[in-house]
Amino acid sequence: MAQAAENDGAPLVELRGVSLAYGRGADATLALSDATLSIDKGEFIAVVGPSGCGKSTLMKLVTGLLPPTSGDILVHGRRVTKPIRGVGMAFQNPTLMPWRTTRDNILLPLEVVEPHKQRFKANKAEYVERVEKLLASVGLGGFGDKYPWQLSGGMQQRSNLCRALVHEPEILMLDEPFGALDAFTREDLWGVMQKLWMERRFTAVLVTHDLREAAYLADTIYVMSKRPGRVIVKKTVDLPRPRTLESTFEPHFVEIVHELRDLIHQEYAV
Amino acid sequence: MSETARYYLKLAMPWLVMAALLLIWELACILFAIPEIILPRPTKIFEVFIARFDILLRFCLETLWTTTAGFLLAIAFGLLLGLAIGASPFVYSGLYPLLIAFNAIPKVAIVPILMIWLGVGAAPAVITAFVISFFPIVVNVATGLATIEPEMRDVMRSLGATQYEILTKVGIPRAMPYLFASLKVAITLAFIGSVISETVGGNRGIGFLMLSAGARNDAPTTFAGLFAIAIMGVAMYAVCALIEQRMTKWAFRGEVVG
Repeated sequence: MAQAAENDGAPLVELRGVSLAYGRGADATLALSDATLSIDKGEFIAVVGPSGCGKSTLMKLVTGLLPPTSGDILVHGRRVTKPIRGVGMAFQNPTLMPWRTTRDNILLPLEVVEPHKQRFKANKAEYVERVEKLLASVGLGGFGDKYPWQLSGGMQQRSNLCRALVHEPEILMLDEPFGALDAFTREDLWGVMQKLWMERRFTAVLVTHDLREAAYLADTIYVMSKRPGRVIVKKTVDLPRPRTLESTFEPHFVEIVHELRDLIHQEYAV
Repeated sequence: MSETARYYLKLAMPWLVMAALLLIWELACILFAIPEIILPRPTKIFEVFIARFDILLRFCLETLWTTTAGFLLAIAFGLLLGLAIGASPFVYSGLYPLLIAFNAIPKVAIVPILMIWLGVGAAPAVITAFVISFFPIVVNVATGLATIEPEMRDVMRSLGATQYEILTKVGIPRAMPYLFASLKVAITLAFIGSVISETVGGNRGIGFLMLSAGARNDAPTTFAGLFAIAIMGVAMYAVCALIEQRMTKWAFRGEVVG
């Protein structure tokens, strides 16, 4: 990640007036309307908003999984027309493969993404070691041989984060990854996530409906309106890192969460 | 009842039920003085089964051979077609209606056609076993592929995986439990197919033996043939179930194997 300086502070990801409609003709529903935002390299952004506001759609657009109906999406200054490489994704559903052990699940991106794909067979030991280290860093050391269905929900989600990060992607997409977990596990994983990000400084996009989660993890929070989603507020979170669970009780943190909550309540009221 | 007694009773249940049924059958034949030509007593069938074991075995092996050949063809063809249908929406919309129509044809109707084309012998039985058993394999494999979670697909696509990689790394492993589940159904159908073919017209196999015994009013031999088919069916089903457990431990979440 040393080539950061080459485009002189230009944003890594840029959305210009992006809209997306599902379906065709009269049945078309506009999921996202005129979204404009930019993400710097190494920035952690969060997107929050009422349910059904097109948050997940935004994520699929940035990765090129969905083509926009109108507008431009640029990554590294180039227009995105097909799925871009080198992205890590983690969803609410861990989507681990039940026929692979946890270790083999995390090795998957290395079997698919260049340049690892070519080196994979010859250098498997090195990659296995990398996976073991990553597992240990999220508190799953020694669980590599277990199948995903032998792990708890929190452990599965940790493995899922490992799989999303193992190939050292430039961009990490998180779609409510902690949404299905209990409160304690969730807060624990915020810490894990922050630690990984501070070590590796990838660019992260977190889609969530948990405002405390957004304020804990993100540098910048985008608040979206209800469907069709528009970006209504950009909020910078100026809390020092590393943030801890203690920070979530500090007045400034609470203030930020309050402000976001008010904005979203107004959206529901309209 | 103690835990172990319950366990052994559960294991013994199929045998107990079978014994009870045979006993009722035996008693009914004696009580109502049913002539042997209509319904022979199980003991009589068993006697014939032992006395003619070598003949039965020879004809059974012929049927087993044609059934297995047809079944293996069905696996190969069914797997390929299932993968094609499951992987491509175009192949799906093009072929699926045709498959349904083909499956609706009573297979007994195609045996005479096969006889015209291929003559009498093993070939029509193999083909009938094949056409009757490939359908569930195709449908199951296609279902396994078509029900890949969209998120899984997104994860693969965002890694830059090609369609081929998605197929080999996600699609095929995921379709395996569906394939093995279908094999249990398909093998019994394959037996039906080859015996139908042997019965409609043929000079070999257990179906032919039963037909000719029937023509001689030799009911005990006919029934002995029926039992032989049932035994082969159960044995092949067990083989398929065993392979299923071995190959797709993960689908049982380790419980069955454990």
